[in-house]
Amino acid sequence: MRKFLFQGLLRSPLTEPVPTPADAAVAELADALAKASRRRLGRSLSIREVDAGSCNGCELEIHALGNAFYDLERFGLRFVASPRHADVLLVTGPVTKNMREALERTYAATPDPKWVVAVGDCAFDGGVFAGSYACVGAVSEVIPVDLHIRGCPPDPVTLLQGLIALVEPRM
Amino acid sequence: MISLQATMRGGRAVQDSRPWPRHVIDQTGWLRVIREISKGHGDMLDLWSDGVDVHMLILDHESSDIGIVTIECPNGRFPSAGHMHPPALRLERAIRDIYGIDADGSSDERKWLDHGRWGVRRPGVKAEPSEASGDAYAFLAAEGAPLHQIPVGPIHAGIIEPGHFRFSANGEVVVRLEERLGYAHKGIEGLMVDAPLDRAARLAGRVSGDSTVAYSLAFAHAVESALEIEVPPRAIYLRALMAELERLANHIGDIGGICNDASFSLMHTHCAILRERVLRASQLCFGHRLMMDRVVPGGVASDLTMEGAVALHALLSGAKKIIPRFIELFGDTTSIQDRTVGAGRLRSELAKQYGCGGVIGRSSGRNFDARRHPGYAPYPELSFKVASAHAGDVDARVWLRFDEIKASFGLMEQILDQAPQGPIRIESLPTSSETCEGAALIEGFRGDIFVWVRLGAAGAVQRCHLRDPSWFQWPLLEAVIEGNIVADFPLCNKSFNCSFSGHDL
Repeated sequence: MRKFLFQGLLRSPLTEPVPTPADAAVAELADALAKASRRRLGRSLSIREVDAGSCNGCELEIHALGNAFYDLERFGLRFVASPRHADVLLVTGPVTKNMREALERTYAATPDPKWVVAVGDCAFDGGVFAGSYACVGAVSEVIPVDLHIRGCPPDPVTLLQGLIALVEPRM
Repeated sequence: MISLQATMRGGRAVQDSRPWPRHVIDQTGWLRVIREISKGHGDMLDLWSDGVDVHMLILDHESSDIGIVTIECPNGRFPSAGHMHPPALRLERAIRDIYGIDADGSSDERKWLDHGRWGVRRPGVKAEPSEASGDAYAFLAAEGAPLHQIPVGPIHAGIIEPGHFRFSANGEVVVRLEERLGYAHKGIEGLMVDAPLDRAARLAGRVSGDSTVAYSLAFAHAVESALEIEVPPRAIYLRALMAELERLANHIGDIGGICNDASFSLMHTHCAILRERVLRASQLCFGHRLMMDRVVPGGVASDLTMEGAVALHALLSGAKKIIPRFIELFGDTTSIQDRTVGAGRLRSELAKQYGCGGVIGRSSGRNFDARRHPGYAPYPELSFKVASAHAGDVDARVWLRFDEIKASFGLMEQILDQAPQGPIRIESLPTSSETCEGAALIEGFRGDIFVWVRLGAAGAVQRCHLRDPSWFQWPLLEAVIEGNIVADFPLCNKSFNCSFSGHDL
């Protein structure tokens, strides 16, 4: 173990430069984020992830945000265990009907001001599962969505671009 | 006495069922099959319905033959397998929820996937509208003065799939865990009905995102068996390359995740770095980090370039250096061993009874690996060892993952050396003039994935059934947690890493 720790001190970090926020994400957020609320929260946001019935692909890439290459926490973004602690809900999946109420209750349990980011093609419009008897479809049909990050699944850079737009001052 | 094999070959053989025969047997035969399996003479690998009949996939131990038996259900009923063979219980509950076919004599009448939220009942056949207000669920009782219940989920504290766990605990010690699943049910089998092949393949690739290659491969194999298609040799090797990359990425991620659940974050951090390198190599080689939609019926969708092969060699040589150091780090850190050794022990009899596949089964005395048996190209041409252990605890499951990682290294090197040049895909798939059926067992990182498909004359899917290995692993998690402390549940759970989405369909 000592060797691992020692090498960690000597080697340069793996963490990569900050990607610039995607233009589309910034435009979408312009309406959603009032300057005042941004000032109140500073550059730090707590995120609660909600899997509303995804295939788990989006979760894998959201997990990857925490690795040394992307290091999400350097942006003041961190995942929290309870919606009570969250500013942002990161929702994936085509919102299965079996998860609908859980999602609604999570949203209700999140204190204001709050934002919802819908991650992945399923969360946008149901994706390949659209039209199923067991799925609601878009997250926006259940709770208001402030930002969509598309992809199946979106890769970590795309996720970062969207999330940075939440905390960076508006261009 | 009539053997299991003879019963499997009895009754009426169904035409055009490939690669394994399917026999329609009568009630006596059906009961005999269940009895033989409950005595341990064979494994029940799956139990499912096409909306009309009920089918069972069986591995006969004596002959190692695989076969499908079918019982007709004209009155919407069939004799329960679950009352003699408990692994069938949840599958029977799912069949009842989706298709309204009842298992006579089942000891569990509760709904499973149907939470009373769909607005319909029996969506797989003649769907009836119903109130979507949600059903109450009767959890099994655990009674006694000091017991308390801890409900967890469907939304968990981490970035995890949805599911509900109900713990009954005596202080810190878990007396009973009961799972309630189905939250991620997306109605995939319903969406498969009448889907053209390309759409069906995309759906199959999204049953469980972490096993997208294995599912796509299983679906492709099933379709190719049904249509009797030979895939170009290069495609066969590239498929195996993707499958091993997927196994590698997941096993590395799981080892890190298990360590993280015991607060050994150093290991987690380094595993996450290596996993990211594997995903980046996958992106470079095949154009998608998880390699979704890269395995398609008839071949593969993207070829491996020279540049890609070089990147894979570099990845492998780096990983082969770092993995022994991970092993050293894990093995030499007594504080993590203190958590993993003896925790969540799965008895080999239970693993055998449930026909439990994957790392979980193989670290509890089983040696079933679909790459070996029934086996599929190119694995018979490659040399690899199927690791197996008996300890059955969290520790054994970590070590077995290390063994499988090393085996994957060897496999990938052989594949890179031996992959022939040539086309990677059949340009246009033939269509069958009649209805035909195909099936496949593919070894994903979690265990054996089974896909059964019935294709119509037009080439579209009539019915498709996909069985995740988790069906036979989730119930065992309930068993292994008994007597462990609540705080060790995440550790045990992660060492199983069952799929919610794959199970819920």
